[in-house]
Amino acid sequence: MTVESLYPRLEPLLAQVQKPIQYVGGELNAQTKPWDDVAVHWALMYPDAYEVGLPNQGLMILYEVLNERPDALAERTYAVWPDLAALMREHGVGQFTLENHRPVRDFDVLGVSFATELGYTNLLEALDLAGVPLHAVDRDETHPVVVAGGHAAFNPEPVADFVDCAVLGDGEQVVGDITDVVAAWKDAGRPGGRTELLARLARVEGVYVPQFYAVSYLPDGTIEAFTRTRDDVPAQVAKRTVMDLDEWPYPKQPLVPLAESVHERMSVEIFRGCTRGCRFCQAGMITRPVRERTITGIGSMVDTGLKATGYQEVGLLSLSSADHSEIGQLAKELADRYEGTNTGLSLPSTRVDAFNVTLANELSRNGRRSGLTFAPEGGSERIRRVINKTVSKDDLVRTVTTAYANGWRQVKLYFMCGLPTETDEDVLEIAELATEVIRAGREASGSKDIRCTVSIGGFVPKPHTPFQWASQASAETIDHRLRVLREAINADRRLGRSIGIRYHDGKPGIIEGLLSRGDRRVGRVIERVWRDGGHFDGWSEHFSYDRWVAAAADELAPFGVDLDWYTTRERGQHEVLPWDHLESGLDKEWLWDDWQDAINEDEVADCRWTPCYDCGVCPTMGTEIQIGPTGRSLIPLTPVGAGPRPAAHAH
Amino acid sequence: MARQPDGPPPPPTVQKLRLRYTKRGPLRFASHRDLARALERALRRAQVPMAFSAGFSPHPKISYMGAAPTGAASEAEYVEIGLAVRCDPEAVRVALDASLPPGIDVLECVEAGEGTGGLAERLDGTRWRVDLADVDPAELSAAVEQLLAAEVAMVAKRTKNGTKDVDVRAALVSASVAGEAGRAILHVVVRQVTPTVRPDDVLAALAAVADLHPPVPPRAVREAQGRLDGTGEVTDPLEPDREAGSRCQGEPQPV
Repeated sequence: MTVESLYPRLEPLLAQVQKPIQYVGGELNAQTKPWDDVAVHWALMYPDAYEVGLPNQGLMILYEVLNERPDALAERTYAVWPDLAALMREHGVGQFTLENHRPVRDFDVLGVSFATELGYTNLLEALDLAGVPLHAVDRDETHPVVVAGGHAAFNPEPVADFVDCAVLGDGEQVVGDITDVVAAWKDAGRPGGRTELLARLARVEGVYVPQFYAVSYLPDGTIEAFTRTRDDVPAQVAKRTVMDLDEWPYPKQPLVPLAESVHERMSVEIFRGCTRGCRFCQAGMITRPVRERTITGIGSMVDTGLKATGYQEVGLLSLSSADHSEIGQLAKELADRYEGTNTGLSLPSTRVDAFNVTLANELSRNGRRSGLTFAPEGGSERIRRVINKTVSKDDLVRTVTTAYANGWRQVKLYFMCGLPTETDEDVLEIAELATEVIRAGREASGSKDIRCTVSIGGFVPKPHTPFQWASQASAETIDHRLRVLREAINADRRLGRSIGIRYHDGKPGIIEGLLSRGDRRVGRVIERVWRDGGHFDGWSEHFSYDRWVAAAADELAPFGVDLDWYTTRERGQHEVLPWDHLESGLDKEWLWDDWQDAINEDEVADCRWTPCYDCGVCPTMGTEIQIGPTGRSLIPLTPVGAGPRPAAHAH
Repeated sequence: MARQPDGPPPPPTVQKLRLRYTKRGPLRFASHRDLARALERALRRAQVPMAFSAGFSPHPKISYMGAAPTGAASEAEYVEIGLAVRCDPEAVRVALDASLPPGIDVLECVEAGEGTGGLAERLDGTRWRVDLADVDPAELSAAVEQLLAAEVAMVAKRTKNGTKDVDVRAALVSASVAGEAGRAILHVVVRQVTPTVRPDDVLAALAAVADLHPPVPPRAVREAQGRLDGTGEVTDPLEPDREAGSRCQGEPQPV
């Protein structure tokens, strides 16, 4: 089958839209393969704007892993902005991939990575633009298999009607298994049609096919049970876990866009998983256990990536990068290696720990010390015990002061509000903290030219965490606490001048809450919102709370439930949760005990350094903690700049 | 006390190279900022020994000038780069061209001639070719004659500070029409004024004075950029550098 490029028909439309470069492809390290050379064609989508989606690591990894297979190709597609979407509809141009502008409709698999639930309406928009039926049951064997992945896929029930499969956990290996199944089915002449293909996929470890599971409800609106509709699919679907990350050094050739993107740097994932046990953190719960890349593995990825991209900055990525067992040595040896090359090294936001200032100093040894970010998350010591991210106020002030004393001009502090058991007082302590930090920081640095930015957003309880049973704080509660906090910070102008506050109002968080802990009935709300014109819900200029509220009221009423029922309602211990048949490996009893410990302000330690506390993941999944130190060092490289260069002129 | 970078200041610029490059194919949709990012990364990948500004966020010494608008293709974009180590201009051209995405092609690279003055001052005119699908050359010719006959042709341009009127006629040096039935080609030479008169402004002027409305978005290519000579032709802006003796090793391409 020859697939024609949509580009000739797309090109005249591009002259009429904003930032057309995002739709033309041709990025450095983009890959193209002849269509007819492979058996299985994947379209990989990040359901947000190009500038957000392009830097996504997950998509880049799968893109390379799939394209390395001789029997598969992968091309990328992103959400199209409304200006182009309108023109595409007018001119009959379908959702396209960037590499060869092939119609998404013609691919075998459409893989969509959901880092956040706010991308759901963009999935519907893309399906509609592609000419793929919105509902999985309306598709036939000529349509792509729509596969959802990413962290949100750990509760795919709200999009169960729209996706054919959801993949739980790490994608590196499962995309190969899916490719094998699709290739064999196509090769055999598509026996049994689409249903047989989905049944085969449902038997792949980590793949959940919602249409083979029926849900029944109790009179009070809660779920009675999930029941398999065929006995050849598993009752419980367990996540995938990739071990030995050094064997998966992807991306090797990170994509470099021409267009501006949200991360103008290269990222290297230094480890996956986190066992700090922060109770709000879904990522930390569902990606266990910790699996480190070795110092040498990281060193070679940084080197390969920089050479392949020309980026000037490398971010050492993970859920808590300073926890890598070799981080001190890594920071020093990377700083040594790239000294004098104008290459920046950075860590994402870190825990509040004096050691992290030392690390950041090392990484910025000869560069600018502009901003440093810490994530205390909770305003008071009490609430930090509830969320299991314990740091004393004194340590916090001391750490931030140390940063100022070391020449950092701007410190950003991340907080959440609306955490379980939280009161106004917990949030008001953020103001005290910030003023104290500025007072001590001015003294320690001898400068008034320092700033502290408080960044705060509403907490959204997530599935597979100890807070999955919690009542989400209402939008009014969040907005009230943000208001009293702003007033408290602005009360003392002499210090308040140096304190910035960035916040998000409570409304989008409520919708995220609905989508995070929703069940299949919420699918109707998503579809209604999309039909009423909703998409790009992660963007304040496109998000409409009123549209969501109206759709939820209309669509949920027949079921006797409502928006509050999904968000501010606390769940009971024995309630069947929409994701109970999907296994992250965490023992539900352990999660419940940890939830009770949270209410009692009891902490739990990290199992990397203390005995196992039986969260359940390793034995259930057959995995283990993989950490160093390895005792190895970075091999000295030929310094950048001394490599081949244009010959000097002989004068 | 604010920190200062340790160590000596960065090495000074010892050589300036002037490059002509293209914006072809789908990359016509790149903005000048997209091109700048691509160029800076390509210089790093090609390991061109750039000179950097001093301070904590050193920037490579690059002067951009006269960028073609987003959506317009170009055969004649110019940039000047400062090097910390002397290099063979042709070797830089080849290395950089190999590191840039297809469509951004480095056509020429010459060493800035001493005493020849700045390159930006030599870019005072552009020759554009505009392809108008589904427009008859005769219809376009009539419209162009009306525009050339007009005393003024004011067009409202959106700028950073709101809308500004610009006289397209005053900036228009010459205009001619070619093509065949249903596919007209407009050649215009436009003088560099502030704000810049671009192909879409010329088309807006044609719409205003002659009611010409192309059914398909026209495609513009900057064919040449440089100094306007006495006859209204656009001349090669790198010629003075070549004459100054620092000849590019490669075969100079006619502009």
